[in-house]
Amino acid sequence: MILWELFLGFLRVGCFSFGGGYAAIALIREVVRAHGWLSDETLSYIIAVSESTPGPIMVNLATYVGSTQAGVLGALVATFAVVLPAFVIILVLMAILRRFVTNPWVKAAMLGLKACVTGLILATALELLWANCVSDSAPDLTAIVLTTTLAGLYFGSERLFKRKLSPIMLIAVSAVLGAAVYGI
Amino acid sequence: MKHCLELWKLFSVFFRIGLFTFGGGYAMISIVEEACVERRHWITQEEMDDLIVVAESTPGPVAINCATFVGAKQGGFPGAVCATLGMVLPSFLVILALSRYLDRLLMLPLIAHAFRGVKLAVGILILDAGRRLLLRLPEKPLPLMIFSVSLCSILVIDYLSQRLSSTVLLLAAVGVSLLCRAIWKGGTDQ
Repeated sequence: MILWELFLGFLRVGCFSFGGGYAAIALIREVVRAHGWLSDETLSYIIAVSESTPGPIMVNLATYVGSTQAGVLGALVATFAVVLPAFVIILVLMAILRRFVTNPWVKAAMLGLKACVTGLILATALELLWANCVSDSAPDLTAIVLTTTLAGLYFGSERLFKRKLSPIMLIAVSAVLGAAVYGI
Repeated sequence: MKHCLELWKLFSVFFRIGLFTFGGGYAMISIVEEACVERRHWITQEEMDDLIVVAESTPGPVAINCATFVGAKQGGFPGAVCATLGMVLPSFLVILALSRYLDRLLMLPLIAHAFRGVKLAVGILILDAGRRLLLRLPEKPLPLMIFSVSLCSILVIDYLSQRLSSTVLLLAAVGVSLLCRAIWKGGTDQ
């Protein structure tokens, strides 16, 4: 039955997709291909689309695949399945970690993980900024000026306006700026 | 009644976060930190740091991990359900409503241009999330070494167009930390 297959397929994605959305894409591709739910072309396209729609990429993909296979009910089942593992794991870990958080071994492991995660996140940021500002190995002047303006606004707003620009406001401002600058 | 209000607050705050999370979980870290640590004091800064680490080292979308954690902290199991639901609902509704028209919609010049702008902001938000984590990293040799090695290895490996799963890197970081702790056992944190 298709609903059950959707549930199992996306439960697997939710259980084994370590390291956030981009790492999960390979796994989603494997599951989707195994069931023949989408063509490769549609999948690549919907991955690109997922990046421009709000929310976690995994949730977007689950909702999309579910709805194309079995309508609203399919979307509900696939989304529920992809979210469930993360939800349960966090609740279980919260209960366990509270007891072990003072254990020196756990502390050492957490500190190592934290240092590594910091590196991963900064590397992702640098690569994304680079990809944004350089197209076809030539610097994209418009993007560089826009990025600098946005970064100045975001990091300098506290000094300039005595009020920090919230990340959500930054997204809103960037959309308006993008539409205005690229539209001209 | 007060409890219901609290649950509604959790739901609405995470609904807004879900609505503005573009480009994956990393950009969302800055948004959650601003909304749940700085503005509302739902969780402490240390809890947020631990949460980022746990979210990154466990499967599933980082955004879901964050919502579940903050929700459970603030309102127990019902809180976790409300916050997670709020986080998922925007993307669910957008995809469900637009799946048939999404391609045509994203082709509209105005929307395409706006998204080019958003992509630049996402880069800045991820940079900010990493910068804050780095500032709070203890200035001791081991964490700084693990940080620089993981940063450089990702950059070099991606530059060479090779693939390295972040899980491997995370496991190596845990291994090195535990090993160092075993070698200098008894001493305080290295």
